[in-house]
Amino acid sequence: MMLMLILSLSVLVAASVLLILSRDTLRLVVGLAMLGGAANLMVFLAGRPGSVLPPIIAAGAETLPAAANPLPQALVLTAIVIGFALLCFALVLIANLARQDARQDSDALRANEPVATDPIKPPVMEP
Amino acid sequence: MLLLLPILIPLAAALLAALLPARGQQMIGVAAALAQVLAAGTLLAVLPEGGRVSLMLGNWPQPYGIELVADTLSAALVLVSALLGLAVMLYSFGRDDQESATRNATTTPLMLGLLASVAAVFLAADLFNLYVWFELMLIATLGLLVGHGSARGNEAAFKYLALNLLGTLLVLVAVALIYAASGQLNFAALQVAGQWPDVAAGLRPYLGLLLLALLLKAGALPLFAWLPASYPVLPPAVLALVGGLLTKVAAYVLLRLSGQVFAVHELWLEALGWLALLTMLVGVLGAAYHWDVRRILALHIVSQVGYLLLGIALASPAAAAGTAYFAVHNILVKANLFLIAGLMFASAGHYDLRHIGGLYAARPLLAVLFLISAFSLVGVPPSTGFWGKFMLLREAFEQERYVWGGGALAVGLLTLYSMSKIWLEGFWKAHPEPAASAGAIPLPAYAAVLLLTGLILVMALYPEPFIHLAQVATAGFWHQGSGT
Repeated sequence: MMLMLILSLSVLVAASVLLILSRDTLRLVVGLAMLGGAANLMVFLAGRPGSVLPPIIAAGAETLPAAANPLPQALVLTAIVIGFALLCFALVLIANLARQDARQDSDALRANEPVATDPIKPPVMEP
Repeated sequence: MLLLLPILIPLAAALLAALLPARGQQMIGVAAALAQVLAAGTLLAVLPEGGRVSLMLGNWPQPYGIELVADTLSAALVLVSALLGLAVMLYSFGRDDQESATRNATTTPLMLGLLASVAAVFLAADLFNLYVWFELMLIATLGLLVGHGSARGNEAAFKYLALNLLGTLLVLVAVALIYAASGQLNFAALQVAGQWPDVAAGLRPYLGLLLLALLLKAGALPLFAWLPASYPVLPPAVLALVGGLLTKVAAYVLLRLSGQVFAVHELWLEALGWLALLTMLVGVLGAAYHWDVRRILALHIVSQVGYLLLGIALASPAAAAGTAYFAVHNILVKANLFLIAGLMFASAGHYDLRHIGGLYAARPLLAVLFLISAFSLVGVPPSTGFWGKFMLLREAFEQERYVWGGGALAVGLLTLYSMSKIWLEGFWKAHPEPAASAGAIPLPAYAAVLLLTGLILVMALYPEPFIHLAQVATAGFWHQGSGT
C-alpha cells in the first residue's frame, strides 16, 4: 500500500513537472492540477495510511494504536475542494485565452508586456 | 468574538454586496471597511501591552483545534489593512467616469473578500489555516485581475495563476511534510516541538521549502516575474489594495515563521540577506527602465520587499521591529502612490510619462500629495521611509553587514531617480498634448488620498509611539537564537 502510494506520487510529480515546463497553456494547467493531486497525496501520506480501523477510541481505552490519523484526511478534503475550484477557474481562463489567440502558446501572451521596438525606452501601453 | 469580527465583517459584506446594484455595493463597501477599521482598532486597544488574545474555534483543545491569535503585531497589521481598505473603498465612491468603467459587479465583493482573507492570514495561528487563507487571497486576486475578461486581463490572470498556484501548492506540500515530521500544525505547538534537536534537524529541509514558497509569494528575486506581468492591468483602487497588501502579507508570514515559530539555520539567513540585496537592486533598476507610472511603482514593490527580507535576514529583535515598522510604512505609502497614479491618469489622460505633463500647474494639491509619498518612499528625513530604513540600516551596520547596508543606501538613491522622473515628467514639464482635457477629480477620491497621506504624516512627524509599538510587537522575536 505504502509502496504503491509512493510510486504513484513520484510518477505524478514527474509528469506534472514535465507538463508545467511546457509552453502550451492547457498542458501547463493540467500539470498544475496534477501537482495539486500529488500535494494532496502527500498530505494523505502524512497520516499513517494503510490502516482500515475507524479512528474511534473504544470506551475505557486511552489510546488508539493502529488506526490512521483522521486529521490529514480532513485537511486533504479541504485541499481537494480548493484545488478543484481553482482548476475550474483555470480551465475557463485558458478557454477564453484560446478564443483570443488560437496558438495557446504562453510565449505568445504579450498583450500586456509587448516586445520593445526602441532600443532604449519601453513601448507605450494604451491605458 | 472580537477576534472574528475583522474577518466576518468583510466576508458578510462581500456576500451582501454581490446581491446589490453598483451604488449599493459602494455604500456596503465603505460601511464594511469602516466597521472593519473599528473592529480592528478595538482589538488593538483591548490587547494588553505585549500580550495576546486567542480563540479556539469549536472549543477543540490546543493543539488540535483551529486557533486564531491576535498579538500586537497581527492586530496592528489588521488595523493597517482595514484602513487601506477604507481608503480604496472611498477612492471609488460615487465615481461614474472611466474609473467606474473598469469595474464590474464582482469588483467590490472580491475586494471585500481580499480584505477578509488578508485579515485572516494575519490572525491565523496554524499552518494549514494559513494555506487556506492564502488560497482565498489567490482566488480573490484572480477574479480582480480577470475583471471584464479583456485579453490583457485574462493574460495577466494566467501569468499570476501559473506562478502563484505553484507557490500555494509548495506551501501545501511543505505543510504536509512539516506535519509528518513534527505531528503539529499549530504555531505554539511547533515552537515547542522545534526545541527537540532531532525534530528541528528533521524539519529543516521542509522549512526551506515553505520559506521558498513564501519568497515566491513575496516577490523575491528570481521568482517575481508574475508581479510586473499582472499588476498594471488592475484599476487604480484595486491596484492600491492588491499592490499595497499582498506581497507584504507574505513577508509578514516569513517574519512570523522565521522569527518566532521556527529556529532558522544561519546559512539560510545569510542566503536571504544576499537575496534581499539583489531583490532591492533588480527591482529598482527595472523601475528605472520603465515610463509607465504603474509599472514603475509595481517594480518598486519588488525593491521594497527587499528591505523587508533584509530585516528578516538580520535576525535580531531590533531588525524585527524595523521590519514591522517598514512593512506598515510601505503598505500605506505604496497604496497611496498607486491611488495618486490613478488621479494623475484621471487628470492628464495617460499613465505613460511621455504622454502626460503639466500636473503641477493643473493640480498643485495633487503635486504636494505626490511629493509627500514620494519622499516617504525614498526615505528623506523626516519621513516614514527614513525611520524604517534608519532602524534597518543601523542594525545592518551594527552587525557589520556593510555590503547589505551600503546596498540598501544605494537603492534609496536609485528610488530617488525614479521618483524624480515621475515628478519631472509628470508634474513639471508642460503637457505634450495641451488640447487634452483634464478630467475633474471627485471629492471622495481626494479624501482617500488625504486619509492615507495624513496617516503617513502622523507616522513620520510623531514616530515615537509607532516605533515603540513595533518594538513591543516584535519583542519575543528571535528569542530562540539562530542556528539552533
